[in-house]
Amino acid sequence: MPAGPRSKVMPSASVPGSSPRERSDLVAGVLDRKPSATARLITALENNREDGRAALRELYPLGGRAHIVGLTGAPGSGKSTLVASLARCLRKRGRTVAIIAVDPSSSLSGGAILGDRIRMQEHALDDGVFVRSMSTRGALGGLSRATVDAACVLDAAGFDYVIIETVGVGQAEIDIVRCAQTVVVVSVPGLGDDIQTLKAGLLEVADIHVVNKADRPDADKTLAELRMLLTLDGSSNSTGWRIPLISTSALAGSGIEELADDIDRHATWLRESGELARREEAAAIARVSAIARDLISTRLGSPAERGGFVSLVHEVVDRTLDPHTAAQRLIVSGSDLTRSTEERR
Amino acid sequence: MSTVSESGLTQVVSESVKERIDEDLAGWEREELETFLRRRSEQKADYQTASGLAVKRVYTPADVADIPWEDIGLPGRYPFTRGPYPTMYRGQTWTMRQIAGFGTPEDTNGRFKYLIAQGQTGLSVDFDMPTLMGYDSDDPLSVGEVGREGVAVDVLEDMVTLFDGIDLERISVSMTINPTAWIVLAMYVAAAEKRGCDLRRLSGTTQNDILKEYIAQKEWIYPPEPSMRLVRDTVTYCAEHLPRFNPVNISGYHISEAGATSLQEAAFTLATTRAYVQEVVRAGVDVDSFAPRLSFFFICHADFFEEIAKFRAARRVYARMMKDEFGAKKPESMRLRFHCQTAAITLTRPQPFNNIVRTGIQALAAVLGGAQSLHTNGLDEAYAIPSEFAMKLALRTQQIIAEETNVTQVIDPLGGSYYLEALTKQLEEGIYKYLAKIDELGGTLRAIELNYFQREIADSAYAYALRRGSGEGAVVGVNKYVDEDDDQEIEVHKVDPASERRKIDRLREVKTSRDQEQVRVSLERLARTAEDSSADLMPATIDAVKANASMGEIVRALEPGFGRYRETPVF
Amino acid sequence: MVDVVNRESEPIRVLVAKVGLDGHDRGVKVVARALRDAGMEVIYTGLHRTPEEVVATAIQEDVDVIGISLLSGAHMTLFPQIIELLKRHDAQDRHVLVGGGVIPEEDAAALKKMGVHEILGQDTPPATLVERVRELAIAQRIRA
Repeated sequence: MPAGPRSKVMPSASVPGSSPRERSDLVAGVLDRKPSATARLITALENNREDGRAALRELYPLGGRAHIVGLTGAPGSGKSTLVASLARCLRKRGRTVAIIAVDPSSSLSGGAILGDRIRMQEHALDDGVFVRSMSTRGALGGLSRATVDAACVLDAAGFDYVIIETVGVGQAEIDIVRCAQTVVVVSVPGLGDDIQTLKAGLLEVADIHVVNKADRPDADKTLAELRMLLTLDGSSNSTGWRIPLISTSALAGSGIEELADDIDRHATWLRESGELARREEAAAIARVSAIARDLISTRLGSPAERGGFVSLVHEVVDRTLDPHTAAQRLIVSGSDLTRSTEERR
Repeated sequence: MSTVSESGLTQVVSESVKERIDEDLAGWEREELETFLRRRSEQKADYQTASGLAVKRVYTPADVADIPWEDIGLPGRYPFTRGPYPTMYRGQTWTMRQIAGFGTPEDTNGRFKYLIAQGQTGLSVDFDMPTLMGYDSDDPLSVGEVGREGVAVDVLEDMVTLFDGIDLERISVSMTINPTAWIVLAMYVAAAEKRGCDLRRLSGTTQNDILKEYIAQKEWIYPPEPSMRLVRDTVTYCAEHLPRFNPVNISGYHISEAGATSLQEAAFTLATTRAYVQEVVRAGVDVDSFAPRLSFFFICHADFFEEIAKFRAARRVYARMMKDEFGAKKPESMRLRFHCQTAAITLTRPQPFNNIVRTGIQALAAVLGGAQSLHTNGLDEAYAIPSEFAMKLALRTQQIIAEETNVTQVIDPLGGSYYLEALTKQLEEGIYKYLAKIDELGGTLRAIELNYFQREIADSAYAYALRRGSGEGAVVGVNKYVDEDDDQEIEVHKVDPASERRKIDRLREVKTSRDQEQVRVSLERLARTAEDSSADLMPATIDAVKANASMGEIVRALEPGFGRYRETPVF
Repeated sequence: MVDVVNRESEPIRVLVAKVGLDGHDRGVKVVARALRDAGMEVIYTGLHRTPEEVVATAIQEDVDVIGISLLSGAHMTLFPQIIELLKRHDAQDRHVLVGGGVIPEEDAAALKKMGVHEILGQDTPPATLVERVRELAIAQRIRA
């Protein structure tokens, strides 16, 4: 519960471009579990705004208590219904749940219709459940950052579980679930090439396998296929965690308790085996380097930096400078990556 | 002139005549047409119907050369292209059936009596949303909706009041109700019994078309399987006890209003028909024992000729389906009879009087297409439910067509029009194409699960909205001939704000004064009966209704066993 | 302020909700699609939502615009409830409220007085609707 650590909140250094007062309100609101504050902060981070980053700076030290679950699977595998059932089960156990439901955006317009909440309406009026729909926004590199930032906010807001639901198709979506502590991969009978999809990249990230819609006639076949695949690949991964294979029917409500138990068991195992520390380090490496890459490309594209970049390019064209040195100069001039664009103005 | 082809079918136009016409046409295109087009091109590059079927500049007998006489035929005879009866409007004018319903049962009863006094020949009941969805008037979810868009019916006495002073053995009553149709039918039967009516003389319809709810109108309670069982139970009950009653009114109207083109409306309606017939036949019922009681409900949209062709094509495809696929023997099992309503979606808020004209033209198409009963929309329906005045005007529109225009004298008067026959055939082919596609997906129920219909309809709805929005599809008064100062003022129906309260109070009185034990026992028996999926739920429902169990209570009694439906919307 | 300027280019988020018991979703679906095709993020919550659910969802999703569609005739009951709930959650200044459906002029005028920002009838062309939503959302962001 956030009550204790809340005293650790330090007033942060003033950051131009957003009023410190408002920022503190946002942070206080999140810690007070005000849904509006949490929601607004997620928006700020989704749009990569400085006021969001500033608030996250304050909140980040308070996080690390929620268990982050990544849940992914093919379209039509019943993920949203499964997540809603899982949330119901966890709520019965007295735990709070935040859900980030990520859906692809239209490649044409960049817009999106986000409909995952339809399956989650039973939780709409429960203070112990927070649902946020996010679009991939074309997945131009920022998706995993925004999603994981949102998870940090929900963690700081005191939710016991943060479930990130994505469609397991693109690299960006797989990157998101990689940042989770427990990765659940959902398959469903009758989609045909599902197992192929698994082979193509999801299999190695799974900590728990679920075959959903187990009441379908061809469920046994899917289960058998998956079991075989897991045996071939080593049913326990290199770290010694034995990957469970659960069959669920989100509609009938079967297998959900088992899934919740296995998620908790995995969380305990992560801590006790030392795997958690390893994963957190790997996740931190991935996040920091991804954000750094983002910052560099933003800088290269920003009007303020554009002049310097262009003149360096001209030097390279004139052969007064070699490309390696030019690039190095660019990076060195942008080495202070903690500074925001606003500060430099 | 006619010849018999190798297949034994009669060719209306001989090969030599066809060749002659083709020659003429080519000559005409070369000479008259080309000269004309050089001077002035046509207004559009290509012409098509509202459903997107390509139409030609002009039609000739060559266009109907491949339509055998047997496909056109005579009215009242297979394949019923020209109409279900041999005399049509010469024998009996279509039933003028204006739908009505608002406020309390007393309020609607008053409107019914008014309409009958104006010359209306059938009744049609519109229920409010809570009744349609199975909620009592005192349910928290019903707030603000009790008696708003229709009449509120909760318990048996409401049904008794609704038809007070109306002779149910003489006037047919159509009830627009779907997931709760079996309860309303039970109430209707109980009310008629209470009045001492002979059940065998009751005529009318419950819409009871649940499949199109999943496809289009979205009024549902239970998942498709138990819902289909309820439909089956009403069909078998009526086959035995109410021989003049149509338990299911298979509806294209709502499919169209949800956005489908007329071709899709016809095709999807026939797809749901097939699913119902399969379901009942599977239960061991002889197709000829219930098929004569199936009735239909189509929209009459704005594209005049396409609508007439749609009705003709639907009749032909239905007849063939019943005969060839289900082995029906009686002609009554193969003739499609339909109620028709003009298209509410075409009505506009600006310049509302224009709606009278739109409705009049649509009504004419319905009559030329051979409708058995007709509802014409009120001019004010883009604002609210129709006022008494608007309803009277809509009824007068029908009366003018019936009594002043002489279009009723000749059956299927447009039959034989080269264009209409060719268009009928185009629609027929389009329907078969859709039916084949649905088969390929695994049948109607599977196609619903796959959201096939829903996606097709959503696409058509979006295309329609964009066409209207861009001005490509003209809407007079909205995107063309817009009045800056719209001076067409109308008086709209006012809801009595006290009527919701009155209805709730009355329901509470009934709920407190009834025999609670009897209610409990009847609901328990109902739920127990439901556990056996082969049992007919109608008798137990009629008992519960007689015990003054409310609609909401009956719906909830079955929910634990049946479950609740949740949709996956598609865009 | 830099962030305010930036906010104009952030994707507009719209909650499209059906309240009441009617299932006429032709309109909302067309609206959702038109908004998506204009680059907005549309959260659709399905049929039969209650005012409480709408407001809780709007807050969690931090939408710029709440679009309510109903054709059940209950607009004079349900809109005031939504406005009241937004006030109670101190959220009435954060979300633009837009209504759609069959709503008589008189009621539309009354609803606007109560705090519904716009009523868009079924004759509204998709392009006009998109522009109006965008305008309202941007104006709201500048105010907030």
